[in-house]
Amino acid sequence: MATPTQHPLPRAGAEGDWSEDAIRQQVNALRHKPGALLPILHAIQDRVGYIPDGAVAIIADALQQSRAEIHGVISFYHHFRTRPAGAHVLQICRAEACQSMGCRTLEAHIQQRLGVDFHQTTPDREFTLEPVYCLGNCACAPSIRVDDTIHGRMTTEKFDRLAEQLTTSTLEVK
Amino acid sequence: MATRIYVPCDTTALSLGADEVARRIEQAAGDRGLSIRLVRNGSRGLCWLEPLVEVDTGRGRIAYGPVAPEDLPELLDAGLLDGQPGHSKCLGNIEEHPYLKRQQRLTFARIGLTDPLSLDDYRAHGGFEGLERAAGMTPQAIVDQVRESGLRGRGGAAFPTGIKWQTVLNQPGDQQKYIVCNADEGDSGSFADRLVMECDPYLLIEGMVIAGLAVGADQGYIYLREEYPVAHRILNQAIARAEAEDYLGADLRGTGQSFHLEVRLAAGAYICGEETSLLESLEGKRGLVRAKPPLPAIHGLFGQPTVVNNVLSLATVPFILARGASTYANVGMGKSRGTLPIQLAGNIRRGGLIELGFGITLREILEDFGGGTYSGRPMKAVQVGGPLMAYLPDSQWDTPMDYEAFAQIGAGIGHGGVVAFDDTVDMGEQARFAMEFCTVESCGKCTPCRIGSVRGVEVIDRIRAGEHPEANLALLEDLCETMVDGSLCAMGGMTPFPVQSVMKHFPGDLKG
Repeated sequence: MATPTQHPLPRAGAEGDWSEDAIRQQVNALRHKPGALLPILHAIQDRVGYIPDGAVAIIADALQQSRAEIHGVISFYHHFRTRPAGAHVLQICRAEACQSMGCRTLEAHIQQRLGVDFHQTTPDREFTLEPVYCLGNCACAPSIRVDDTIHGRMTTEKFDRLAEQLTTSTLEVK
Repeated sequence: MATRIYVPCDTTALSLGADEVARRIEQAAGDRGLSIRLVRNGSRGLCWLEPLVEVDTGRGRIAYGPVAPEDLPELLDAGLLDGQPGHSKCLGNIEEHPYLKRQQRLTFARIGLTDPLSLDDYRAHGGFEGLERAAGMTPQAIVDQVRESGLRGRGGAAFPTGIKWQTVLNQPGDQQKYIVCNADEGDSGSFADRLVMECDPYLLIEGMVIAGLAVGADQGYIYLREEYPVAHRILNQAIARAEAEDYLGADLRGTGQSFHLEVRLAAGAYICGEETSLLESLEGKRGLVRAKPPLPAIHGLFGQPTVVNNVLSLATVPFILARGASTYANVGMGKSRGTLPIQLAGNIRRGGLIELGFGITLREILEDFGGGTYSGRPMKAVQVGGPLMAYLPDSQWDTPMDYEAFAQIGAGIGHGGVVAFDDTVDMGEQARFAMEFCTVESCGKCTPCRIGSVRGVEVIDRIRAGEHPEANLALLEDLCETMVDGSLCAMGGMTPFPVQSVMKHFPGDLKG
């Protein structure tokens, strides 16, 4: 398996996924809200998949803040990313309730199976692996989240089946 | 008449296949020519039985659980659609289940019974009675009710809610005031907030509207964890429906009062569960903790007087207004009044949500409700109140759930989350994790927290590697004291608590 990149490069043609106009549209739709920055960043990431570098200047200009301030906010929050993710964002809960039910073993299995560490994307760009500290599913631990779906009572076998399903269905979509 | 069949729609049920269960039930009913009405209800909080399917038989709601999609052919053959007993997964009338029956559900009385998004269901089960009463009272009278109920913030600090509200009410009325709901409870083992938002969202909305009437605030924000996508969807739908029927908006049910509510999505920073950090985040900044004073009640969101309460505190208010302060205050023990929603999680056989008056012992919760560990092995340690709280050994499990009793043993109740560990746990690893978590989640504003936690991980690693263990243990003790005394907020100030509890109660594990 090829060595995964720590900061995967944008896919070829990824620049086509967004345009300055599209970003400006998102910013203008939300800039009048009090404390608009987080809603703006969420909207951009939801639409583009990440916060492109080129968005920072547009946001800074609209909110009359410095680029450093905007960058400081983006980098403070775990949720925001500045590079494209894989087809699925896979989060493994590492908090105490999941620890008590063996999440460390599960974590090791998933990393080994996907061949990546946390904050990395698989070479086939199917999965970006992230840690998460509590999905609120603590009575049926351990839990993982794939995009917006949470899976409880996760085991290594269940994960392998799930990973296969996800990979297959993605191929069908393409 | 169509038989009503209930399949929950909360995160836990969904995480175990509830959507597929619902789909197969509808399909099977269609195939058999049976007329059913499928209701996606909230969860009863009996998480270990999820997905918990209920059939309304007219003689009560007969439950089956846990129902995995692959169990359905057999269950359908055994008469699930008619609520027939006999199958090993049939639990009988769910209201008679000992786990539910022993509880005192005041805040969670409706949870699991209803379709979370149905306003008719909500009203039919006592919803908005508190708001109706509050609408006919003066702001001071509403605040007095909350104060007399003895309600203390259920978020961890246990500060009296009535006093907080009074402070905001006392600020000049020509100022913009805000109600901010802290729905960023990120403590592992805590899921009561999520259950409120997913299973009874109008309860939170009602509590926030009452808070607005009480202090003269017409704008509310729910600052919600990004990690809760199901709650996000349900809350937004509930707000839209509440607006459509004037429970939110410019003219609340013809009273001339207004209250607007918006969900603001957080972005995965644990520290933003701290109230001042949360306010910074809502203002569109990095979630750096603010020094107090000034209190948020005086100088809060955008510098205006702000009530910051967590979900459970606000969700408790409708009951207090509907049934009276004394009805609530009459439950509980000592200075801990009313009920505590306890969340039983981790390595536990019967994990779930339990609402009880303060005073039940931890052991009763672990044994009578929890039924011991999920793995079947002996239980070794229990962490109550989240990642910043102490690990309790067996000798402390007879402590009653009461803020003062827990403080006496150097522990805390926090948000009421209880996480059990069996004897395979390495407590040294848990102590290390407490420090590691702080390195990831510290906001970075103060040195004891930002640097102390990094040094904490290093010192624990040296102890576990056998490098001058005694000297390094002394250093760790010193470091913990510095963090407790020198940190700006609870993140750095409490990170040492789990570490110190491991040093005291599980010293053998720490040395590796």
